[in-house]
Amino acid sequence: MSTISREEVAHLARLARLEVTDEELDAFAGQLDAVLESMKALGEVDTEGVQPSSHAVPLVNVFREDRPQPSLPREAVLDGGPDTAEGRFRVPRILDEEV
Amino acid sequence: MSDRIIDKAAAELAADIREGRLTSVEVTTAFLDRIDAVDGTVGAFLHVDREGALAAAREADAAVAAGESVSPLAGVPIAVKDVVVTKGLPTTAASKILEGWIPPYDATIVERVKAARMPILGKTNLDEFAMGSSTEFSAYGRTANPWDTGRIPGGSGGGSAAAVAAKMAPLAIGTDTGGSIRQPSAVTGTFGAKPTYGSNSRYGVIAFSSSLDTPGPVSRNALDAALLHEVISGHDPRDSTAVDAPVPPVAEAARLGATGDLSGVTLGVVTELTAGSDAAEPGVVEAYRAGIDQLVKLGAQIREVSCPSFVHALAAYYLIAPAEASSNLARYDGVRYGLRAGDDGERGLEEVMSLTREVGFGPEVKRRILLGTYALSAGYIDRFYGQAQKVRTLVKRDFEAAFEQVDALVSPTTPFTAFKFGEHSEDLYRMYLADLYTVPANLYGGPGVSVPVGLAEGLPVGFQVMGPVMGDDIAYRVAAALESTQEPLLADTAPEIEGK
Amino acid sequence: MTRLNTYDAAMAAYEPVLGIETHIELDTNTKMFCGCSTVFGAEPNTQVCPVCLALPGALPVANKAAVEATIKIGLALNCSIAEWTRFARKNYFYPDMPKNFQTSQHEEPLCEDGFVDVVVDGESHRIEIERVHLEEDTGKTLHVGGAAGRIHGATESLVDYNRAGIPLVEIVTRPVPGTGALAPEVARAYAAELRDIVRSLGVSDVRMEQGSMRCDVNVSLNRPGEEWGTRTETKNVNSLRSVERSVRYEIRRQSALLDAGDKILQETRHFHEATGETSPGRSKEEATDYRYFPEPDLAVMEPSRAWVEELRATLPEPPRKRRERLQAAWALGDKEMQSVVNADAVELIEATIAAGSSASGAVKWWLGELSRRANESGVELDALDIAPSQVAELQGMVDDGRLNDKLARQVIDGVLSGEGGPAEVAAARGLEVVSDTGALEAAVDEAIAANPDAADKIRGGKHAAAGALIGAVMKSTKGQADAGTVRRIILDKLS
Ligand SMILES: [Mg+2]
Ligand SMILES: [Zn+2]
Repeated sequence: MSTISREEVAHLARLARLEVTDEELDAFAGQLDAVLESMKALGEVDTEGVQPSSHAVPLVNVFREDRPQPSLPREAVLDGGPDTAEGRFRVPRILDEEV
Repeated sequence: MSDRIIDKAAAELAADIREGRLTSVEVTTAFLDRIDAVDGTVGAFLHVDREGALAAAREADAAVAAGESVSPLAGVPIAVKDVVVTKGLPTTAASKILEGWIPPYDATIVERVKAARMPILGKTNLDEFAMGSSTEFSAYGRTANPWDTGRIPGGSGGGSAAAVAAKMAPLAIGTDTGGSIRQPSAVTGTFGAKPTYGSNSRYGVIAFSSSLDTPGPVSRNALDAALLHEVISGHDPRDSTAVDAPVPPVAEAARLGATGDLSGVTLGVVTELTAGSDAAEPGVVEAYRAGIDQLVKLGAQIREVSCPSFVHALAAYYLIAPAEASSNLARYDGVRYGLRAGDDGERGLEEVMSLTREVGFGPEVKRRILLGTYALSAGYIDRFYGQAQKVRTLVKRDFEAAFEQVDALVSPTTPFTAFKFGEHSEDLYRMYLADLYTVPANLYGGPGVSVPVGLAEGLPVGFQVMGPVMGDDIAYRVAAALESTQEPLLADTAPEIEGK
Repeated sequence: MTRLNTYDAAMAAYEPVLGIETHIELDTNTKMFCGCSTVFGAEPNTQVCPVCLALPGALPVANKAAVEATIKIGLALNCSIAEWTRFARKNYFYPDMPKNFQTSQHEEPLCEDGFVDVVVDGESHRIEIERVHLEEDTGKTLHVGGAAGRIHGATESLVDYNRAGIPLVEIVTRPVPGTGALAPEVARAYAAELRDIVRSLGVSDVRMEQGSMRCDVNVSLNRPGEEWGTRTETKNVNSLRSVERSVRYEIRRQSALLDAGDKILQETRHFHEATGETSPGRSKEEATDYRYFPEPDLAVMEPSRAWVEELRATLPEPPRKRRERLQAAWALGDKEMQSVVNADAVELIEATIAAGSSASGAVKWWLGELSRRANESGVELDALDIAPSQVAELQGMVDDGRLNDKLARQVIDGVLSGEGGPAEVAAARGLEVVSDTGALEAAVDEAIAANPDAADKIRGGKHAAAGALIGAVMKSTKGQADAGTVRRIILDKLS
């Protein structure tokens, strides 16, 4: 049984901002399917009443005091940018997105 | 043994520098020259910083000459996996998307390496964003295994392991998310340690999977790794997941282990990591069993323990790690740094971002981003990511139960020795199996070290020792004890590399 | 063209249900997850570091002061504080969000289940608070090449990350049914009350016009007895007045659609200050999938009960209680007090009284002349260049008879244009009531001589005609005479 369709891969690629080609869609669909297939047994593990662990070593209440630290020099910030103008990062126009 | 600088272990070099028999400049130059001579064949380095390394070496020499109290590794040069951020030195994570990026800051562990006056030789190759088990997924070419240059050096930290195995560096820093220090060490005949999660700062370690990533040492032997471990370990207020506790005395443990006495130590053989799996090659199993026999001779008690959830660890890992990665890698969008593709003045931002990521990421990274996006997406998160996190709890419980009976757990490090380039690229899951024995320790968070235990058909085999959380010392002690039975060490018998 | 019902027609047929999501920027010294300064107005991209720029390898550490501020807000809103809570990642791509996920909270908010009571037209409405959680703000995007910095038609955008990572508290109400025709006023009153509560805590400057408090207003309509309708969400409404207007507009718009048998689209809309209208935002062809999951880079939080109680003990008197107390002390009627509140003058009046003014004097100046000046120059009352102590000084001069109201207004001119305090301005400009009776008598004689008709009328018993003579005297003394004294002298001379 196929768990993941070509359309689903296309949807995932959109969510992940990956411009995948048609060939890639086919390849990824097959590969993800194979990987998910091999993980099928995981779904059958009895985890009734088991709490999920999100950390290997759980820590609580790790805070920082509200004291300013130096920021980066602006040249160091902007030097890494692919395109900058007026002290800011320039990006192409933003289409059909929320304001 | 020869008197070549590059044949010496780090502790020995440090003593020579401290006691004036060698200078750091001499030592650093020797390794830089070695890189020049053989890295054309091995391909371990993505970037070599001769000038910076020599400048640091001169400072180390000055500090020693001035009688400053210096760290136990002062003057000893080191290679750093290119997923660790180094101020002023290119850092790419072996990805096109970070090509040309020069970080404006140092990772905490790099700061500590510098404070210990260890010259940084350069940055080593890896699978892109540390995703892989062969270093074949680097965007900048492959790294050869010094034992057989037609084979992979393991991954993701193949560059760090190969650099040490080929004597281009006495020490290296790696990162281990599912086995990326231990598996390359195993297949290159080097020593590698994944410390307890959180005992080494992740600040400045480019994230693959936040809850699993652990930086650690790669070396020629247990003591060298332990010394480096103590240099880079310790609490860091910049990492919220850093454990605020004293660093376990690993160097002392390595020295204790080297005496060859394991009386009073009980070791657990995990059924599910040996008998339960048919994945392991016969040669690997044979070398591993020989290792067990040696440990018994040293006085260790062996007990079989069952960790039933371990058979699901790999699947849980391959959901958790990609899920976190899909989110961690979202920042590579061509806006603030790194590559931007397709910005022709016509295309809108969304398309430019997508094209940038399409061009900038390699196939394995894309696969894992898609897999992780899937595991987190509405309607699937409970079934995949959620279930994997619950299985992670079961894995932790199995470890905790085991450590009530035994001091440490042992297994082969990896089911197979170095495979040939391209051998597993058609069968991803087979490739993923390389991490079969290493991922449980990542899910649990405890330490795991890989120590060379012999050869199988001429290729190194690694023996894994896993300890309880913050029990890194026991893992080092057992590994050092096993190492004491290996004469000579694989690191000393690696084949000579022909320069290109 | 959007068809609209009249508000009355809409309310005759439908019942509104409200819901308000408010984002408040905290005024901590540093950002939520890094040590960068949060001071407003710095040069672009000068308050960024590896963490808030999301450089590879950087990691967050939570700001304790922000967590404390959020707990205080939760307590002030009568919420229960979680014993176990954590951050989550909200994944979506946007260029002003450096990590392309927002560190927020999802299933386990810091505070839950509270309420705020607001009074509209003497009637109390309870607004239930579903949750109060902590997250981080985004950077700021400048749209270039289009009209007036709008995204529409822009050819490119420029991003400044100084604001990225500033702690943001999100306060979400439960749906609010049952307000009837008062929905717009209730929405406004809730936003005002929330603002006052947060301001009283001293954890944010809650300035809607500067964006440190932003409301997303949900409105749906249903016919009486029927299920709640589909809601729209009007984003980033930036003044109390706009909150009210946006609700009113949506009620009129939605009711017209429903009358025509059309469906309401569940969508986000934008409010336009200039026209008072809303317009649709992005229509989502597919639902956004934020792929929330627990933030693996941050530890969970377990606020101890002792800590929570410590914070509770620091809470100030609730604004509503305080207002009731002050209203009684200042002897104001409900309407007058409401005006004081609406003008944001409570603190200013309080400070003015503390500086020695009478209550009536303080209320008179802040609500009258000073409010008018603030309005004229389009600034908030407390942004005027006059301190409460100066207003008290001014009122003192009036009480002493050294200034009349007209002169006092001229003194205000001088203070506002930076000429110094009231006494200084009065001295420098020579603004002092003329109390020299000899000088006034001479001026009155002059006025009588110049206005014989008026003088005759007064002599004939028409005292109201004195106004003309008083005006003439005031003119000749440049307003520096006390009108009462002048009137007395005139009547003495002519009757
Ligand atoms: Mg929010
Ligand atoms: Zn910052």
